[in-house]
Amino acid sequence: MLQFIFKRLLHMIPLLLGVSLLTFLLMAMSPGNYFTALQQNPQISPDTIARLKAQFHLDRPWYVQYVFWLKNVLSGNFGYSMAYKISATSLIMARLWNTFLLSFSALIIAWGIAIPLGIWAAVKKDSWVDHACSFVAFVGLSVPDVLLSLLALWFAAATGLFPVGGAESPLYDFMPSAQQFWDHAHHLILPAIVLAASDLAGIMRQMRSNLLDTLRAEYVTAARARGLGEGRVVWKHALRNAINPLLTIFGYSLAALLSGAFIVENIMAWPGLGRLTMEAFFAKDSYLVVDCVVMATALLVIGNFIADILLAWNDPRIRLK
Amino acid sequence: METAAPISAVEAKVPLSPWQLFWQRLKRRKIAMTGGVILIFLYTVSIFAGFIAPYRYDQINNNSFFHPPIWPSLQGFHLVVPRYEQGASVFDYREVPNDTKPLHFFVHTDKYKLFGFIPASIHFFGAGDDNYPVYLFGADQFGRDVFSRLLYGSQISLSIGIIGISISFALGMIIGGISGYFSGLTDTLIMRLCELVMSIPALYLIISLRNTFPPGMSSAQVYAMIIIILSFIGWASMARVIRGMTLSIREQQFVLAARALGQSHLKIIVRHILPNTLSYVIVAATLSVPYYILGEVVLSFLGVGIQEPSASWGNMLTAAQNTEYLKNYPWLLAPGAAIFVTVLAFNFLGDGLRDAADTKSL
Repeated sequence: MLQFIFKRLLHMIPLLLGVSLLTFLLMAMSPGNYFTALQQNPQISPDTIARLKAQFHLDRPWYVQYVFWLKNVLSGNFGYSMAYKISATSLIMARLWNTFLLSFSALIIAWGIAIPLGIWAAVKKDSWVDHACSFVAFVGLSVPDVLLSLLALWFAAATGLFPVGGAESPLYDFMPSAQQFWDHAHHLILPAIVLAASDLAGIMRQMRSNLLDTLRAEYVTAARARGLGEGRVVWKHALRNAINPLLTIFGYSLAALLSGAFIVENIMAWPGLGRLTMEAFFAKDSYLVVDCVVMATALLVIGNFIADILLAWNDPRIRLK
Repeated sequence: METAAPISAVEAKVPLSPWQLFWQRLKRRKIAMTGGVILIFLYTVSIFAGFIAPYRYDQINNNSFFHPPIWPSLQGFHLVVPRYEQGASVFDYREVPNDTKPLHFFVHTDKYKLFGFIPASIHFFGAGDDNYPVYLFGADQFGRDVFSRLLYGSQISLSIGIIGISISFALGMIIGGISGYFSGLTDTLIMRLCELVMSIPALYLIISLRNTFPPGMSSAQVYAMIIIILSFIGWASMARVIRGMTLSIREQQFVLAARALGQSHLKIIVRHILPNTLSYVIVAATLSVPYYILGEVVLSFLGVGIQEPSASWGNMLTAAQNTEYLKNYPWLLAPGAAIFVTVLAFNFLGDGLRDAADTKSL
């Protein structure tokens, strides 16, 4: 098992290097940067711009820039955001935490609802429960995140039950810490539900079809023939095997979740990585865009890594491969 | 042997081709057929957008900002539209009682170009009088007809899905075919590249690709750009699956036969191997079109795709992001409903196609 974990960890390094190289190359191909806007400003002398460019190594070819960037990132320094005028490291870490918080809450909501519903639908196959669930799943799969986020905003604005966007109230800084926690949670609930809703339908359908497949297996018939109660057959025998393929889609669902979070963050003003990416994009702060893309990828790669370990832990055959 | 005995009807029955069997299975699935019919309807309407839309997509009316929807009503045997006048407050419109005008079909009003090149001025319906506008889905913040913009927008949003999927799946099939057929170093390199593209969350990759294009492009350039970006991302997952299928197909006898006949590698891949993956590709393509449509919607919605005054379902929704607008003028969400119906129809059809392609489900 340790060897497996080690091998998977080693596998992550070239992937992350490749991703950073690719995004860096894309950035180098992009026309103009933050300084193009500065050059238009008559109040800033060309000397200052040249000095700043040299300071950020922007006068060197892109691969040299990449090496400088990589060296800094490896020592935990994401440089300085030219548009925000603060250290990019603290900016990215705060946003990364927010995206993680949002995605993680959505993950728990989605799986917490989808798994029991999927089991229920499979056990009561062809009943009204099953039909209702598959109808809701079909609709859920087809409602785009954009529309759902807009509807959630409308709901928040119309009812006043939830704050309209943002991550904290204006008076957040003056609150005692317990109140700060609740304020944060209150802002988190709606975006997390929206994000979970888009993920939920797929997992539920998967759970249902997995369980239906295992319920048809011979060992389930054997268990029934031995006179075991239906509840015991489902929970003890079928379910444990039906959960297995779900761990595989955990990785996929994570990728969808991060892309979904990008949309939800931008519409519902949740200050996460996706929102930062767009802000950096509009400010032409290319380094920050690269940092965001690499961090989002790292989040995904780590998530997949955890999914792999869970899978290997659950299924010994994978460990030996 | 030429004058053989008349063969009985049972024996004469020609066995159905795989595609005919496929069609028979598909026909039995009501939901899939419904999805198909909805899509045919949507695409037909989109092609004839200029004719069906009563107004141009960029026609601004300063007297009808946020005008609520106007629906024709039946008066005797005629459809009539009421006249509205400004109420006491801003953006408050009141119906004027007993002041209506009959709605005409095939009226000559604004000029437009059918299919983009045939000049025409005939419209499906309209009152033919600017004082009696027909806003089926209301008007937006510039007093433009949402219904007309929805139709013009569908030309962009719906076509991007089809064109994007064609390009990226064709790329994916060829790259995947090459990768699986040659294996070895080519295969390793291509698969590592796939992994790279797939390991970046899609929207982050879209934005960093968007970054490489200059600002201030024309509508047509932006349209092409969105297709390029979406194709760049979409090919990877397709290539991976096709590679897997090619690995098993290339071991079959007919590939060996083609090789023995001296056919070139490329010809074997394109003519003999890839057609065998087609049923999977068609199902996967149908189920993937929604992602391409949504890709355009998100890009335009975030303001980095199709720009105003051109209409696309994505940039129309941008107005709905303002909660004040959304609360008071909910018809701005009409493009959202259109997206939902389109995606649902593609999912219905794709699901049915998948079941019909699965021969075990007979």
